[in-house]
Amino acid sequence: MSQTIVKIGMGSCGIAAGARPVEAKLRTLLEGHPEIEIRKVGCIGLCFQEPLVEVEMDGKSTMYGHVTEESVEDIVKEHVLGGKRLDQALVLDSDGSGMENPRMDKQVRIVLRNCGIIDPEKIDEYIEREGYDALKKVVSSMTSEQVYTEVLDSGLRGRGGAGFPTGLKWKFANLSKGDEKYVVCNADEGDPGAFMDRSVLEGDPHAIIEGMAICGYAIGANHGIIYCRAEYPLAIKNLNIAIEQAKERGFLGDDIMGSGFSFDLKIKEGAGAFVCGEETALIASIEGKRGMPRPRPPFPAQSGVFGKPTNINNVETYANVAWIIRNGSKEFSKYGIGKSRGTKVFALAGKIAKGGLVEVPMGMPIREVIYDIGGGIPDGKEFKAVQMGGPSGGCIPKELLDTPVDYESINATGAIMGSGGMVVMDEGTCMIDVARFFLSFVQNESCGKCPFCRIGTKRMLEILDRITKGEGKESDIDLLLELCHQIKDGSLCGLGQTAPNPVLTTIKYFKDEYMAHIVDHRCPATVCPSLIHYVIDPEKCIGCTKCAKNCPVDAISGEIKKPHVIDDTICIRCGKCKVSCPVGAISVE
Amino acid sequence: MSSTTTASSNELSQRLDPIVQRYQGKKGITIPLLADIQKEYGYVAEEAVTYVSKKMDISASEMFGVATFYAMFRLQPEGKYVIRICRGTACHVQGSASVAEEVARHLGIEEGETTEDGIFTLQHVACLGCCSLAPVMMVGDNVHGLLTPPKSIEILEDYRKKG
Ligand SMILES: Cc1cc2nc3c(=O)[nH]c(=O)nc-3n(C[C@H](O)[C@H](O)[C@H](O)COP(=O)(O)O)c2cc1C
Ligand code: SF4
Ligand code: SF4
Ligand code: SF4
Ligand code: FES
Repeated sequence: MSQTIVKIGMGSCGIAAGARPVEAKLRTLLEGHPEIEIRKVGCIGLCFQEPLVEVEMDGKSTMYGHVTEESVEDIVKEHVLGGKRLDQALVLDSDGSGMENPRMDKQVRIVLRNCGIIDPEKIDEYIEREGYDALKKVVSSMTSEQVYTEVLDSGLRGRGGAGFPTGLKWKFANLSKGDEKYVVCNADEGDPGAFMDRSVLEGDPHAIIEGMAICGYAIGANHGIIYCRAEYPLAIKNLNIAIEQAKERGFLGDDIMGSGFSFDLKIKEGAGAFVCGEETALIASIEGKRGMPRPRPPFPAQSGVFGKPTNINNVETYANVAWIIRNGSKEFSKYGIGKSRGTKVFALAGKIAKGGLVEVPMGMPIREVIYDIGGGIPDGKEFKAVQMGGPSGGCIPKELLDTPVDYESINATGAIMGSGGMVVMDEGTCMIDVARFFLSFVQNESCGKCPFCRIGTKRMLEILDRITKGEGKESDIDLLLELCHQIKDGSLCGLGQTAPNPVLTTIKYFKDEYMAHIVDHRCPATVCPSLIHYVIDPEKCIGCTKCAKNCPVDAISGEIKKPHVIDDTICIRCGKCKVSCPVGAISVE
Repeated sequence: MSSTTTASSNELSQRLDPIVQRYQGKKGITIPLLADIQKEYGYVAEEAVTYVSKKMDISASEMFGVATFYAMFRLQPEGKYVIRICRGTACHVQGSASVAEEVARHLGIEEGETTEDGIFTLQHVACLGCCSLAPVMMVGDNVHGLLTPPKSIEILEDYRKKG
């Protein structure tokens, strides 16, 4: 009989959803059963079902969702000890009967091959799944040129935003002369709404280490640096453990597997500045300076960290590498369309029923990602837009839902693939508010070097502020467009150059909504505080006083059992009254 | 020199010399150096920066330049629990603004401030990477998701009870 393993998803999303008490309970319940292994794994991507517990026995695996301290008792009693599968909350089953099986079957897992499956703290589990085989193959039987050519042939392009061919980048770094070279992993993941890098760092840190070591071999570098944001404490912890174990086993350090190739790896913690994701700013930050971008050339491949040739790639990019080397470039490029090969991991969030991480072949239509895999929009609401590419990207409207997810097609909409965050918006999202949100973000994060980026975005923000207050003018749209083009042209780095994109796409696809704010002083999504009013329907109100008790600013008055009224001049539009009314008498206009 | 300054420079050297030793002669260390000062003092204390900058031959203005550039560094002491409310995109469309407002109102402080009893410091952050559970906040090292304004207050009151 094979061993029984109980896995619990303990990525930071799992923990946020309450996995810790479930784990504690699990351990108490299984105290007298040393033959049953409890395994802490990373995030498998089904974030909306967390906490997740998976039972593996007799070659079968069953995963349960929304597990609580109470329900884990049943799972242990009935299934783990009793051998009887439970039908409630069954999420995935190896026989294909779980409710999320169809969702998982539509995916192709290259980057996420180990996430949610192995314990990231145990190198043996990585090795069992052919981990470090690619590194072994590279150092023992391939030349540097063969390695970067294989990566080039696979068609892998950078997953951090711009989509530059990875093999080509490696080739340039290889050809660059230098006694010392650096391999840097960009794990800053500054894009709000994106979390795929976090999940890979937490759930499969060895995949990054292996990818970076292979890159080091390909370009002739002996030093690696992972620049990871400090907001990801679990990722940093798991990376540190993984690096230690890889050193002990000789996958890092001097003379790796007797090949003569040496590679060391360090972690640098970011300190919370979005602009540090930009390559030249990242280099400055690694050097301990303020993270200010500088003009290129010289490119990092010529002059990077401490002036040495440096190759910078994103987390997901490195996570693909070992798989490509093991399975060959052809196997990889089988997936995808046009110049976009392989798969892409997307982080689904916002107004979507099944938020989480998914990995799909490039070229899948957005509609399929959002509806078939993401479960569509919750609460019977209507889809309005999906935001891709974060502050550098844009909003893709309903009419373009059939756009395939590949670099060129997404660019053609005015958005960008970016790092893979998809924030879904429904009819209750105001697009002007979204545009304003992104501008205030870049305004906060601008390093301040370029006047267009620093002052131009501020002007734009002021205009958008005015529009959301109902004080916009029709000429504002042209003024915004003009500023957009000036900021694009006049900024030094990608942050400023792309900052106008959210505004441009919302004007392009949602001009009606701008006009409603400007001409009719109306916010169709009922979001903008200055343009909405909370009102009580005197016919429906039963005078229960609940709303008045909940109002933080005492804007509601009325006698008990008599209709209440809201004083609009006092109301701060917090919406508390609306949710507290038992009869639905309060609405927003 | 008065005895008090001698005592305090003694204290400075006791607390800071180990940090100085850790980084002496290494390159690119300003950020971890500041991080260690912050760990020792709970914030980037001015006298500590002045002391270290002299010992390490990095100008104090450069150190403050770096400290003020990054969101991670604080020039004031912070409360026992740091509340980081996510103001990222996913959290924004799921209503994090009203969570942030309610928390600020409840604690009687603005973003960046610390409550008078020294228990809570309120910060906004760009994204905590748990977007599928939006809106999200982090208290200390713990992430709490699927917040509503009342739920966030309940959570904070639990921390306050723990003291
Ligand atoms: C303002 C700004 C922020 C960025 N943030 C990130 C980031 O958080 N992570 C990342 O991998 N790339 C980020 N990039 C892109 C990087 O500069 C760089 O192109 C990328 O790390 C290269 O890796 P790749 O070729 O594997 O995509 C950012 C770019 C800009 C302009
Ligand atoms: S575009 Fe903005 S962030 Fe980039 S260098 Fe200029 S001011 Fe700094
Ligand atoms: S929206 Fe908020 S402030 Fe306005 S009346 Fe309702 S509870 Fe009071
Ligand atoms: S909560 Fe609803 S029913 Fe009760 S007083 Fe307010 S509006 Fe009337
Ligand atoms: S947007 Fe809030 S956790 Fe990502």
